[in-house]
Amino acid sequence: MQTYDLEADGLRGLNSALHAQKDGSNQTNWKVVNPKGSHAIAVGLDAPIEVTVTGSTGYYCGGMNQQATINVEGSAGPGVAENMMSGTVIVEGDASQYAGATGHGGLLVIKGNASSRCGISMKGIDIVVHGNIGHMSAFMAQSGNLVVLGDAGDALGDSLYEARLFVRGKVKSLGADCIEKDMRPEHLEILADLLERAGADAKPEEFTRYGSARKLYNFDIDNASAY
Amino acid sequence: MKDNSIPQTTPRQSWTFSNDVNSEIRRAAATGIYDIRGGGAKRRIPHFDDLLFLGASMSRYPLEGYREKCETKVILGTRYAKKPIELDIPITIAGMSFGSLSGPAKEALGRGASLAGTSTTTGDGGMTPEERGHSTKLVYQYLPSRYGMNPNDLRKADAIEIVVGQGAKPGGGGMLLGQKISDRVAEMRNLPKGIDQRSACRHPDWTGPDDLEIKILELREITNWEVPIYIKVGGARPYFDTTLAIKAGADVVVLDGMEGGTAATQDVFIEHVGQPTLSCIRPAVQALQDMGMHREVQLVVSGGIRSGADAAKALALGADAVSIGTAALVALGDNDPRWEEEYQKLGSTAGAYDDWHEGQDPAGITTQDPKLMARFDPVEGGRRLRNFLKVMTLEAQTIARACGKNHVHNLEPEDLCAVTIEASAMSGVPLAGRKMAPDSAGWPPGWT
Repeated sequence: MQTYDLEADGLRGLNSALHAQKDGSNQTNWKVVNPKGSHAIAVGLDAPIEVTVTGSTGYYCGGMNQQATINVEGSAGPGVAENMMSGTVIVEGDASQYAGATGHGGLLVIKGNASSRCGISMKGIDIVVHGNIGHMSAFMAQSGNLVVLGDAGDALGDSLYEARLFVRGKVKSLGADCIEKDMRPEHLEILADLLERAGADAKPEEFTRYGSARKLYNFDIDNASAY
Repeated sequence: MKDNSIPQTTPRQSWTFSNDVNSEIRRAAATGIYDIRGGGAKRRIPHFDDLLFLGASMSRYPLEGYREKCETKVILGTRYAKKPIELDIPITIAGMSFGSLSGPAKEALGRGASLAGTSTTTGDGGMTPEERGHSTKLVYQYLPSRYGMNPNDLRKADAIEIVVGQGAKPGGGGMLLGQKISDRVAEMRNLPKGIDQRSACRHPDWTGPDDLEIKILELREITNWEVPIYIKVGGARPYFDTTLAIKAGADVVVLDGMEGGTAATQDVFIEHVGQPTLSCIRPAVQALQDMGMHREVQLVVSGGIRSGADAAKALALGADAVSIGTAALVALGDNDPRWEEEYQKLGSTAGAYDDWHEGQDPAGITTQDPKLMARFDPVEGGRRLRNFLKVMTLEAQTIARACGKNHVHNLEPEDLCAVTIEASAMSGVPLAGRKMAPDSAGWPPGWT
């Protein structure tokens, strides 16, 4: 286990050291102490290493992650795991806005609540939120799965493309072109797998699936009032 | 029965309700949708044509045209980047997407720019291997949609350009209509084939200059502080936008006036939102000077640059480089009269064709149709662009030498005069024959 004191040794040194880890590195376990809400912690990683941040983080922790597993033993600021390509980011606390924004792959687990715009413009990432999510979540979400064990705020899935949204609790309102859909066996299967990987104690049958009505895919003047 | 012996007033077209205006009203009434088109503002606005160089005279020494050197090199990204971009000429190729342009057209832009010793730029939709392979210096646009955005391509870039806005549509997002969504375009953007692809107008994970500063920190950390980070803004509030871009940590500010083109957006947006390029430069330069950053943070100006004269005028007003988009497409063969018959079939004419979003470009440039694309030779296109860039450079050098400058960056506002009051007022350059710009005692009354 490598321990890195962020307060003492600085951000540049941390990310440089983590970027230097390649596939096959012996330094596979890292502990980052004294994060104190710093921004851009463990961004741009591209190796199958595990990084544990012992506290809360600022903006963009785990941004553009590839392969690595990043644990945040606190809460995460805006844009945690933004544009993640692969790997796993786990936040023990809450996450601020834009969690998992534009992510292409990998798994983001938020054990607390997520704020507004969770999964905005997601492009293949899987996100599991144990608590609630804020308004405008999954806005323009393109693909991937957003699983919410709690409630969702206003305008869920506005202008949604092909992403799948699963909510166990209440949805305050649906955004433009987002509708409730049937839960088919393949969806239950996807959900069961994600819940297990995210360590979530819930049954797939308890969820409701939402997706795109696909009415806004090509512009039609008669739909103008939907925007 | 009308008495033909009485002289008749000649039928008079209304200036307000011109044929153009009426045809648009009829089109809107028939379709129920606003007009969408490509390109930049077509209206007449004060432009670089309204400025002239004074040249050398009794008080200035000119340089010999073919014997005394006039440098054109420019370095972009000297503020923070470990590896600034060094260009042979102060003219770059602006961002244009694969999707709006064909793969061979993007390849040609890379080839032409590389032959001329300058950079080209990706666009919405990501980086293609052809483009990276044929561009010795490639600027990677980081856009609100993040279509095709991935860290592997980010690390391959020679610079990153965070696009906040563009001159054709400051405050607007992008649009790529279903006709142009081929399998490859759809895959790169992670969207179904054939749907209209909307690009967001705001970034998904930051909302203002304070957030942007942190976003830039993240991008620098991911790329090890090696490559320059540009911020591109549309010509909206150039003084404040430039100030905030500098504050957010930009190495380079790219400022795009309303003549700058787009692949597709509403005509009403193109013609009615944003400021002319000419009026944007001096406020931006003033902002750089007020922040003590002129020449340390470089300014790249785009929007309606068509010639070496335009480039020289932008440099004289304080820019470090210019960028061309529409002119580069014309150099490749866009709107060429050789395709006139086909433009006519599309209801247009060479020089006016702007339905780039429909994907039926006879020149094979703004299309994804394999048959049309095959008409365009990227090697020949690259050669033509190289030639055009060389001519632009020679023209700028010619002017600079005539003004007694041994580097194009030594051109200055004092080398210019304006031939219209509007251009004088907008650029802060004295009116021809006068000592100062209008209201010189208190002019300008403050930049916007």
